[in-house]
Amino acid sequence: MKRRLLPLVVALGLLLGACGRNVQPQNVLDPRAPIARRLDSLWNPVFSIAVVIFVLVEFLVVFVAIRYRRRGDDDQPKQIHGSTKLEFGWTLAPALILAFVGFFTVLNVGKLDAIPKGNDVMRVNVTGHQWWWEFEYPKLGVTTANELHLPIGERVDVRLTSADVIHSFWPPKLAGKLDVIPGRVNHMEIDLRKNVQPGYYWGQCAEYCGLSHANMRLRIVVHSADGWARWQAGQTKAPNLDLAADSSAGSGKDLFRTKGCGGCHTINGYTAGKVGPNLTHFMSRKVFAGAIFPNNAEELKAWLRNPPKQKPMMPDNGMGMPNLNLAENEITDLISFLQTLK
Amino acid sequence: MATTLEPTTPVETPVAPASTPVLRRPTNTKGFWGWITTVDHKRIGVLYGVTAFTFFLFGGIEAMLIRLQLARPNGTFLSADLYNQLFTMHGTTMIFLVVMPISAAFFNYFAPIMIGARDVAFPRLNAFSYWTFLFGALLINSSFFLGGAPNGGWFGYAPNTSITFSPGHNIDFWVFGLQILGIASTVGAVNFIVTILNLRAPGMELFRMPVFVWMTLVASFLLLFAMPIITVALFLLMFDRNFGANFFNPGAGGDPVLWQHLFWLFGHPEVYILILPAMGIVSEILPVFARKPLFGYRVVVFSGIAIGFMGWGVWVHHMFAVGLGPWAVSAFSVATMFIAVPTGVKIFNWLATCWRGSMRLATPALFCLGFIAMFTIGGLSGVTHAVSPHDRQQTDTYYIVAHFHYVLFGGALFGIMAGIYYWWPKIFGYMLNEKLGKWHFWLWLIGFNVTFGPFHLLGLEGMPRRIYTYDKGLGLDFWNLVATIGVFIIAASILVFLYNVAHSYRFRTAAGPDPWDGRTLEWTIPSPVPAYNFAEQPEVHELDDFWHRKYGEDAEGRMVKLAPPVTEGSLNLHATDVHLPSPSYFPMVASFGLPVMAYGMIYHTYAVVAAGALILIGALYAWGLEPSTAPHVEHHEVAATEEPAAISAGEASAEQGATE
Amino acid sequence: MTVQAMEHDVHDTRHEGHPPTNTGVSNEKMAMWAFLGSECLLFGALISTYLLYRGHSVVGPYPKDVYDIPFTSVSSFVLLMSSLTMVLALSAIQRRDERRLRVWLLATALLGSTFIAGQIYEFTSFVHHGLTIHTNLFGSTFFVMTGFHGVHVTLGIVMLLTLWGMSMRGQLPPEKAETVEIAGLYWHFVDIVWIVIFTVVYLIK
Repeated sequence: MKRRLLPLVVALGLLLGACGRNVQPQNVLDPRAPIARRLDSLWNPVFSIAVVIFVLVEFLVVFVAIRYRRRGDDDQPKQIHGSTKLEFGWTLAPALILAFVGFFTVLNVGKLDAIPKGNDVMRVNVTGHQWWWEFEYPKLGVTTANELHLPIGERVDVRLTSADVIHSFWPPKLAGKLDVIPGRVNHMEIDLRKNVQPGYYWGQCAEYCGLSHANMRLRIVVHSADGWARWQAGQTKAPNLDLAADSSAGSGKDLFRTKGCGGCHTINGYTAGKVGPNLTHFMSRKVFAGAIFPNNAEELKAWLRNPPKQKPMMPDNGMGMPNLNLAENEITDLISFLQTLK
Repeated sequence: MATTLEPTTPVETPVAPASTPVLRRPTNTKGFWGWITTVDHKRIGVLYGVTAFTFFLFGGIEAMLIRLQLARPNGTFLSADLYNQLFTMHGTTMIFLVVMPISAAFFNYFAPIMIGARDVAFPRLNAFSYWTFLFGALLINSSFFLGGAPNGGWFGYAPNTSITFSPGHNIDFWVFGLQILGIASTVGAVNFIVTILNLRAPGMELFRMPVFVWMTLVASFLLLFAMPIITVALFLLMFDRNFGANFFNPGAGGDPVLWQHLFWLFGHPEVYILILPAMGIVSEILPVFARKPLFGYRVVVFSGIAIGFMGWGVWVHHMFAVGLGPWAVSAFSVATMFIAVPTGVKIFNWLATCWRGSMRLATPALFCLGFIAMFTIGGLSGVTHAVSPHDRQQTDTYYIVAHFHYVLFGGALFGIMAGIYYWWPKIFGYMLNEKLGKWHFWLWLIGFNVTFGPFHLLGLEGMPRRIYTYDKGLGLDFWNLVATIGVFIIAASILVFLYNVAHSYRFRTAAGPDPWDGRTLEWTIPSPVPAYNFAEQPEVHELDDFWHRKYGEDAEGRMVKLAPPVTEGSLNLHATDVHLPSPSYFPMVASFGLPVMAYGMIYHTYAVVAAGALILIGALYAWGLEPSTAPHVEHHEVAATEEPAAISAGEASAEQGATE
Repeated sequence: MTVQAMEHDVHDTRHEGHPPTNTGVSNEKMAMWAFLGSECLLFGALISTYLLYRGHSVVGPYPKDVYDIPFTSVSSFVLLMSSLTMVLALSAIQRRDERRLRVWLLATALLGSTFIAGQIYEFTSFVHHGLTIHTNLFGSTFFVMTGFHGVHVTLGIVMLLTLWGMSMRGQLPPEKAETVEIAGLYWHFVDIVWIVIFTVVYLIK
């Protein structure tokens, strides 16, 4: 029996351990930053203990079913009513194992839950919205959406709160998840000081937050020092709003105001809406609409034709972007304008 | 003679009811109205079982639709809104309308018989529980036709369920439906606590009670104390939604986390409400099929009680990502780990029961072994959640979905299926086909693992729960497709079961009173069980009393068959002194007032609320005023209505005893 | 009336010389204890909610703006006295004094009604101060918790009046003293809950 089960378990372990980590951007068994590694640190030992117990129990189940199968009606087994010694044993043994696991768990919890403090800590304010993320960099005076940009070498205090319902901020490869609760501020530490590579990390909202919960995704860009400097420079400069009035982008700029876009979206120096994502440097983002669409003209066109069709939303109840019933040429102009927001 | 000890079944009616003669109790126990007015715990048990199984098919169809949507990335089979309704209703249905009421069906049918009683303590309240459950269930499901089903998840987290973020009536159906179901559960819990503590046959001491009865008692206490907590949570939400209160409104200082505390303070004991009855069933079945007593009866009972107590101290493990600080998280991590200890004890005790036994691998036994094998997986993944740092990755992913399906499907439903195969002959008088039963089991086991096994991988690979779609770039395609194939294997196994029921009915032969060579009192009486259960009050001398009437032990401790007793007391069917509680219309009428009130509340039509309240109050008064019996029912009528054919079949096979 | 309803299912179990149940406690009484156990959690959850939200209101009126402690103390005293009359009612039926039973039942119901009248007056005066269920957290928690308690008292009054009516029609003979005892259990429970609520809501600063 054992011989038949073992390879199965080993195969399962291999699958868990190895299967396509590189093509699975949210695989939690592949931590890429110190905090995620700490969360992961007890997985292997606990999983191994679990596998041993699993094998033992499954072996016993199969064993009793085969070895003690009834051979005939005259099978008259000995009537065993119990054994204090044995029962004491299998109460104590798991208790000891669990005490051991519990001890290390508590040690780990203690190391994790401190709020990062100090002058070297970078602060980012994250606000969850139905169904997108807002990121504010108080020191830089920059507000952006859906793509969180962070520099390598920093220790980041991500301060989480919500504008509406409960969300959960989850960048699996950098840190675990932490709930984003209206009326509360939660602190998540993302430590990028060492043992982490620059790159494009995935994540998503992990607490059910209504209709388009599945479409509330997240990208985190960890920049090298150069990349960070460039991004920072790009974000802090004012957008060029000096557009020729007769150009497509120029009429798009007017439409942005007349069609009401500016009532919800901020473009620094032009509109100041607070409901939707800040679009000041819209083209610097690779994705839009809760990080579900690549930011290109084609997707933007489909989006502007009817946003709630592209992504389920409830604009009639104040949740998400309404269909503005734009004409094709208006859409083209608006996109021309948006594409100037670099 | 001993019937005077039997509270629900008086020998003689001492006082002619002095109350209004206007109200008469119905006398007909046959046909449609017989079922509507029944107060017989066995019929109520059957009603619970049939209703719950119907909802199981509903919940299963919901699950299939969910899996079809998720079979491929960016699926378009369902809309986001419908998907959200379906996953909410799948959870709500499977918990409140399937596992709880099927457990209630077994409580109803077997707990009184196993303690040697003729009915529950309050037969009409028992009928009231059933009808209230049914109306609550129908109320929630009627939402599908009235603008959309609940869509806030079975956990209904605030403030997503507030009127601002869920403006339709969807959530209202959930709020009122669950409150009605809560009434049904609380009333049922009171009834079973009193029945088990008060109506045991002479000699049936607490520590001679079958483990299933013990688990019924523990689950009833859990219900008694857990239900009011969710009732309060729903009550607060109702005031928020309907009367503009601020309980979960962060803008007014309300804290949505309060909802989570209240919900999980109910929700975690609820998990044990779902699993303990199944553990009781397994503890009954394994000894019968191993021909050995349950290994360490007292330890199994005490570990069940321990689980019942510890279940109250672990609710925060549902909230490790809420940000409650290191102290709370550490304490609840450790508490959660230790609840695995009594659970593990049960598993080893069951295995020790089989050890050196004479295992007859009939379908009920297979489902029990399946329970041990699958529940262990759920238990082990549960321990990995208790490692709270890693739970910050696991929580709200499919890894959790895998865990609780291994506990509730691999555990509760395997146990329930074992119970169905085991007790079917007792309830309906004929056996289910063994060959089809084995087909059912193996398809069920394979389908279950093909569906839910991959969920472990999907969760660890980063698939969150409650998402109606996922991106191709996540690399989750393969296992999602496998899981969707699995659900069809489960569906096939259920079709085999349904076919088995029809087939076995068509070719039925009398099962006899004791087809499995049972150990407990229900096997001492005919199958199906006559209305009065026991012709004569049984007397109990030992744990597994019936077994000890049939078998002794030799010097080496081996079982030895005893000569069958000359007259098996309980097979004396000429009972004349039995007087059963009469049927009544009012439990059903009273329950009917509740959904009427709920519809009135949902649609803010207060005249309808008043009408519902009048129905409820009027029926309760009529209930109080109606006579305790239908006056002209004579005592011997009960025995006379028994069909002689059934009796002789019962007697004939009783003589064959333990043979198959 | 539920007490009475339960009564019928088992009313003929009390033969002399036979213990009616395994525990010696009648089914109805045990059911009432179990039900009250459940009620403890119900009120426990409501009172906890009140305590957790104490001082969290972001706008007034606040408790100090609306409370009339002397008034509420008097009405609380009235409710406490009703527990005394309830005890007297039970003792009357146990002494087979049906006339006094009815007097004390009615007195208990009357005291209960006085308490409810006081609560209605208090609610009205709070509303006049501008405090409603949706004004702030204090309003929500206060009205829901005390209102819920008020509904319990009202149901108790209905129960007492039903018993009184039964007694008037000769349906509550001394043999059924336990029915009065069980109704009394409920009544005392509701009183005790009020003592807790009164302390938590009005007295603790």
